[in-house]
Amino acid sequence: MYKALIYVTLKESVLDPQGNAVKGSLHSLGFGEAKDVRIGKYMELLIDLDDQQQAETRVKEMCEKLLANTVIEDYRFELIAQ
Amino acid sequence: MEQRLTHQEPTPDQIYEEKIYRELGLTDQEYEQIISILGRRPNYTETGLYSVMWSEHCSYKHSKPVLRRFPTKGARVLQGPGEGAGIVDIGDNQAVVFKIESHNHPSAIEPYQGAATGVGGIIRDVFSMGARPIALLNSLRFGEPDNARVKYLFEHVVAGIAGYGNCIGIPTVGGEVVFDASYDGNPLVNAMCVGLIDHDRIQKGVAKGIGNPVMYVGASTGRDGIHGATFASEELGDDSDEKRPAVQVGDPFMEKLLLEACLELIDSGAVVGIQDMGAAGLTSSSSEMASKAGTGIELDLDRVPQREKGMTPYEMMLSESQERMLVVVEKGREKEVEAIFEKWGLHSQVVGRVTDDKRLRLLHQGEVVADVPVDSLAEDAPVYHCETAIPAYYEQHKDYSPVSIAEPQPGDYNKLLKDLLAAPTIASKEWVYRQYDYMVRTSTAVRPGSDAAVVTVRGTKKALAMSTDCNGRYVYLDPKTGGAIAVAEAARNVVCTGAEPLAITDCLNYGNPEKPEIFWQFEQSVEGMSDACRVLETPVISGNVSFYNETRGEAVYPTPVVGMVGLVHDVDHITTADFKEEGDRIILLGETFAELGGSEYQKLVSGEISGRPPQIDLEKEQKVQRVVLEAIRKGWVKSAHDLAEGGLAVAVAESSIAGKLGAVINVDTDLRPDHFLFSESQSRILLSVSAEHATEVKKLAEQEGIQATDIGEVGGESFVISVNQQQLIDLPVSDMETAWKDAIPSLMKG
Amino acid sequence: MKFAVIVFPGSNCDVDMYKAIEDCLPEAQVDYVWHAEKDLSEYDAVLLPGGFSYGDYLRPGAIARFSTVMEEVKKAADAGKPVLGVCNGFQVLLEAGLLPGAMRRNQSLKFVCEHTELSVENNETIFTSQYERGERIVIPIAHGDGNYYCDQETLEELKANGQVVFRYTQNPNGSVYDIAGITNKAGNVLGMMPHPERAVHEWLGTEDGKRLFQSIFTYWRENHGAASYASGTDA
Repeated sequence: MYKALIYVTLKESVLDPQGNAVKGSLHSLGFGEAKDVRIGKYMELLIDLDDQQQAETRVKEMCEKLLANTVIEDYRFELIAQ
Repeated sequence: MEQRLTHQEPTPDQIYEEKIYRELGLTDQEYEQIISILGRRPNYTETGLYSVMWSEHCSYKHSKPVLRRFPTKGARVLQGPGEGAGIVDIGDNQAVVFKIESHNHPSAIEPYQGAATGVGGIIRDVFSMGARPIALLNSLRFGEPDNARVKYLFEHVVAGIAGYGNCIGIPTVGGEVVFDASYDGNPLVNAMCVGLIDHDRIQKGVAKGIGNPVMYVGASTGRDGIHGATFASEELGDDSDEKRPAVQVGDPFMEKLLLEACLELIDSGAVVGIQDMGAAGLTSSSSEMASKAGTGIELDLDRVPQREKGMTPYEMMLSESQERMLVVVEKGREKEVEAIFEKWGLHSQVVGRVTDDKRLRLLHQGEVVADVPVDSLAEDAPVYHCETAIPAYYEQHKDYSPVSIAEPQPGDYNKLLKDLLAAPTIASKEWVYRQYDYMVRTSTAVRPGSDAAVVTVRGTKKALAMSTDCNGRYVYLDPKTGGAIAVAEAARNVVCTGAEPLAITDCLNYGNPEKPEIFWQFEQSVEGMSDACRVLETPVISGNVSFYNETRGEAVYPTPVVGMVGLVHDVDHITTADFKEEGDRIILLGETFAELGGSEYQKLVSGEISGRPPQIDLEKEQKVQRVVLEAIRKGWVKSAHDLAEGGLAVAVAESSIAGKLGAVINVDTDLRPDHFLFSESQSRILLSVSAEHATEVKKLAEQEGIQATDIGEVGGESFVISVNQQQLIDLPVSDMETAWKDAIPSLMKG
Repeated sequence: MKFAVIVFPGSNCDVDMYKAIEDCLPEAQVDYVWHAEKDLSEYDAVLLPGGFSYGDYLRPGAIARFSTVMEEVKKAADAGKPVLGVCNGFQVLLEAGLLPGAMRRNQSLKFVCEHTELSVENNETIFTSQYERGERIVIPIAHGDGNYYCDQETLEELKANGQVVFRYTQNPNGSVYDIAGITNKAGNVLGMMPHPERAVHEWLGTEDGKRLFQSIFTYWRENHGAASYASGTDA
């Protein structure tokens, strides 16, 4: 069993208005050091597989097929053995 | 597990000895009453049942004697107060269903979810009657939008309403947004839903038919919204330290499915009774449905779909998780019901049955965990007659005179008018309503920003006009008059669109009723509203009371919001406020007095709210409305607009801006010009009519004894007002438009 | 001619689309088709309405695209039948890969509901034959995620092929090249954020959407004689 921690963010080249709004807000609160805010999604799921290689392949497929829209989003994930 | 729970929940004796019931909001006297009902000390679950059902929110224990004064009957009323929503006949076997409800306190804590779940709750009230929801309105009040907290609340309340209403696909067509320092710490978020139904499909929340199954449909039950802030079991739960969320989170997608599934279920004919699990969730829905039917209900709590592990009976019964309904269906048709819900991807579950013993009996893990008479929960809550006292401020304000405002110089008027148009309460609310999908269902004939919204009824010539109104300042200064004005103005708004007012729903927002001055405000304003409802023949068919709207001991202005629905008999009569054509005559119906107490003008120039509000003569009000409706039906009226905050000058300016047409106004008056232009005298309506119909309109008004004054002409690109031959205002319409439209967006930018 | 209005859980403009066909094309037939349906072969055109399919959870359209019926929508598109996706329907078509690009949140981060002015960039499509090229029309929008995105290369291709059908004259959401609606390369699949079905009566504020439906009908009639219409056969 693996726990997959999946992060989905907008691609570098794609404007992130939410991130920009948050950056502006941070700056006005005095956190001027905050640069390049990117907002994304974080997902957690349990994978009922024992082979790490296989789990990786499957999670990658999930990301490509559903969890991220690769036209505008990047993803990365970690697997933690349970 | 069972043992653990018994260990953690206080025993009946502990509840008695340690007076734990007090923490749940019950008084010593109420607790004694429970003991005498049961003939024993209640256990913890039972104490919880009584504490929620006897709360003001569920039992109206403080307000009931006063609410009885409302007229609630009428030839068209099919369902008055007491069910999920009220119902009024609109002919052709059709009826309109509506109700307004507050979600003030949740919105003050978490504005997005608070407002969203408020919208979700009121929609369920309407479709639980069997109606198809067709429109939403929201009456919102915030503090002055000059500080970050108020802006935050405003922005997120609006987003929450949008998030829920847009997703479920019911247009948000109208309402009001008012700013005043009195709502600073305590915003008011009142949501109204209007639905349409055929007479033969009307459902009620009754648990009839001994032996019929009681089904639970919709979302699972979690620990959200459980009251009892002091429930000493934070650590309760199988294996998790996760804190239960106090805030309820709305799921509009789930509700959309629930709505469609419930309407399909009602079509199937299998439903005996249906009710939303709103405030006090399973407890109120089960006990009220049984009490109304004269039956009992037995629930097997192990079958209740649960989102979290290890929930106790107390938690399940008091949870206010959203998007849940309780349905009693005909025995033997359970499978059919399940199939309908499955089609919509929803879970349904038999959780109990209707019994003949008039008791609410709860089973959990093989034991009876509560057994109480249903009527004692739903009907027999204690009733309190509160003390009243006339507040000191009311006496002081008697002596106020409008002359205390210094008379402006002739050169000041242009700026005065622009400042009034930019006052947040008067300014355009486009920033708000462009976030709402007000067009979905393609029936919205008059969009937000008008006196009232109008929604057509497909397949007929009919349409429904709807509006929410209340001027809390007037109600504060003189509750009885202010209450009457709230009803009259709502009716006037509806009439201006060409509709005949049918009935009202109300959301009564006040401070702490245990303070005699607050209760006086409540009682007086209900009195005033009732008078107006009687004269205008618009009974109260549903409503809600919200007390304890206070922060740091300061109450909000008494704010009895009126939600009015009117019937347009023929869509050809639909009228809007914008000027239509150059050369049309502008006619003012009604009389103007120097009434500036509580006005926008008073607030603008003196920063105060004092004196007496405008007075109202309800007979005259009715006549003015009759004249307008008659003139509209004769086809004489190009535009109609109610005179409200900011008085005549603002009303004409609004019609000009909306129509992108100027106006030239000449008036003669004995009043001071500023009094005349900015007074908020009641029972006044501004019409524009083609020159050929001006005389007829005036004649019609005269017949009713209503003053009708031809005050000028539509046309040009400038807005010009002269009083007693002296020109005081001369502004390009585009300048006024900028002031009016940019006010709120620029506030929200900062 | 027979239209299918696809209904996903959470669709909420399905009724409006249905009514628009009823009101604009009295000679046509229209049915609601539930997302679990397995056969669309009897329909001549497919309409994917607006709304919040699956609550817009994850991403608008991301879950709906895996509905059973979407296989059939693809087949209809491949067969050259008109497929129109409006608002959420457009988002579903993008997620399904029937149209290029993707949808982002509005630049303002707020839902926007208002009448917008569009310019008809290409009137030589089966959806726009009844408009003039360059004509300005008013169609309402109501969306929170209408900020269309595609990379430069794709955009150049869209432009070169005349696939950009509608552009906003005042961009309300930040979309690339002010794009309001695009077709696939073959021209029989149109996705647009503005709602033509909300623009079919004067009392709704505009009737500029009517001609879009009439264009589809005209195309169909030209390609199917009166005979096949009368017998109700499918091409």
